[in-house]
Amino acid sequence: MGNPDSHGTQHGSCGTGCGNSAPQKTSCGAEKEECHDESKRDFIFISAASMAVVGAGVTAWPFVATLGPAKDTLALSTTEVDLSHIQEGQAVTVMWRGKPVFIRRRTASDIELARKVDEDASTFNALRDKQKDDERVKQSTFGGKAMPQWLVMVGVCTHLGCVPMGQKPTDMHGDFAGWFCPCHGSHYDSAGRIRKGPAPHNLAVPSYTFLSENRIKIG
Amino acid sequence: MANPNAPLTDFGNPVINWIDRRLPIFTMMQKEYGVFPTPRNFNYLWNFGAIAMVMLMVMIVSGLVLAMHYTADTNLSFNAVERIMRDVDYGWLVRYIHMNGASMFFIAVYVHIFRGLYYGSYKQPRELLWILGVLILLLMMATAFMGYVLPWGQMSFWGATVITNLFSAIPLVGDTIVTWLWGGFSVDNPTLTRFFALHFLMPFVILGVVFLHIAALHVSGSNNPLGIEPKSDKDTVPFSPYYTVKDLFGLCVFLIIYAVFVFYMPNYMGHPDNYTPANPMVTPPHIVPEWYFLPFYAILRSFTIDIVIPFTDIIVISSKLGGVLLMFGSIAVMFVLPWLDTSPVRSARFRPLYQKFFWVHLAVCIALGFLGAKPPEGLYTIASQVCTFLYFAHFLIVLPLLTKYEKTLPLPPSIHEAILADRCTKQP
Repeated sequence: MGNPDSHGTQHGSCGTGCGNSAPQKTSCGAEKEECHDESKRDFIFISAASMAVVGAGVTAWPFVATLGPAKDTLALSTTEVDLSHIQEGQAVTVMWRGKPVFIRRRTASDIELARKVDEDASTFNALRDKQKDDERVKQSTFGGKAMPQWLVMVGVCTHLGCVPMGQKPTDMHGDFAGWFCPCHGSHYDSAGRIRKGPAPHNLAVPSYTFLSENRIKIG
Repeated sequence: MANPNAPLTDFGNPVINWIDRRLPIFTMMQKEYGVFPTPRNFNYLWNFGAIAMVMLMVMIVSGLVLAMHYTADTNLSFNAVERIMRDVDYGWLVRYIHMNGASMFFIAVYVHIFRGLYYGSYKQPRELLWILGVLILLLMMATAFMGYVLPWGQMSFWGATVITNLFSAIPLVGDTIVTWLWGGFSVDNPTLTRFFALHFLMPFVILGVVFLHIAALHVSGSNNPLGIEPKSDKDTVPFSPYYTVKDLFGLCVFLIIYAVFVFYMPNYMGHPDNYTPANPMVTPPHIVPEWYFLPFYAILRSFTIDIVIPFTDIIVISSKLGGVLLMFGSIAVMFVLPWLDTSPVRSARFRPLYQKFFWVHLAVCIALGFLGAKPPEGLYTIASQVCTFLYFAHFLIVLPLLTKYEKTLPLPPSIHEAILADRCTKQP
């Protein structure tokens, strides 16, 4: 450990003199001064520096923490949606936490297409983010009745956060009858699973509950 | 400085002499910009450092005025910018100066960088000078990105979304970091206000690093087109008036081109989508960054496969993380350039092979810029991958090999002798 204090180094040089019956006055610099143990100095420097680091961290923390989500932002974390007007094959986009959430009432053929993937081992194993269709819609239940027609996902591409196309019938749906992200070309299937392109994960499923058969609370 | 009785420069003005004796800024200016010995053989490519400095000043002054009229709020920002354009006297002029100024600043800096590459200005003893320069480029990119978010148009919003999402590629803590960067669960008001604060701060950080960049330059002295150090007084001229005048002339030409953009085609380098207010529910079909980011954007998108441990499903580097690593790597490789190319000959004039590879490299960078503006499909993806490979191959394969095997041409004995020899051969 470097010693910036020249006074200290002088004492360091007299380390050998410590304990001698005749103290070496000259190298100690000051008369009758006690010789210091260098390792004690090190301990003081290291503990002082550690305290300074801890202090700096404690001081910096509030500044870093101010940049996180504030309480009002966190308070807006649930959204309720009425689904009664959505016909089979239709989809709506609602805002939740500043992000679009896709709610699609899937047709029987949409579901069948997605479940075919689950049954075929080679296709299923080729999925980048392996999830079965019933896992994707496992929260879509009310009163013990499964409602796999309701697919609810955060409509944000898991690549770099664009909103994929595919909510409107006239949109591009990609190669797998689901969604297509035009930014970097990610294709999602009818269960919102990533099938082709750069995105690493399936479209995220938020936590949600059905309050009745036609009402959903997201968040 | 320590001795107040030391003979100081006589500036012929008692007030200046009085100040200079107490704070020798005039002596310093005289030493660093007046009589400063500078190689006598600069060509016009050596204008661009001074031009970049002027652009930084233009951006700070125009930005300061804009900030006085701007409001950082998702409900107000778009209209605040439109108000500057329509209602504030000469607001349109100041905004177009600022908007096009960013592009012109990048043009000046890119020319400055490629000049450094061609003439080997990054080599010993100018490594730290070069590294500070790359740092300035990084800071400029961050500043330009955050500035582009402020008008809160569609491209602002989606550009911010895509770029901040790059950090979600970091394993384990990525999503937490992105939430922290946003101050929420999406790009929103907290993001806009912090970007404004940082966009205001960063130019002054850049100014500080530019000061260090110039301080380092004045220790090593400038490189020159021959890439050999000046050996005597015959090889140099005083900075003023020779290069103050030459820089001013180059600056005037540059400002004329800048003015053509500002007055006749102010939106040529922008995107019409950014005149649509930000809408978090609809992504524009083609998100394209500003032109000066296009090569890096092409590199980002070129990585399309996951790297997995063979015979397992464990993804070591996802295509997303890979793209992000490549993009940051394309800048990071510039930091270590002085140690990748250790050939003692600086200037490409005396390196016949390096000269060829330099032009290939420039062409690759321009091609990447072109590809960055195209949709990521089919042939464009393959071309981006080839160009990305060539970009990195230039630094990591070509330069170390050239250092070892290239046969360089003999260097002239000194700058003035080279100039005289050149003149004798040209005269009949």
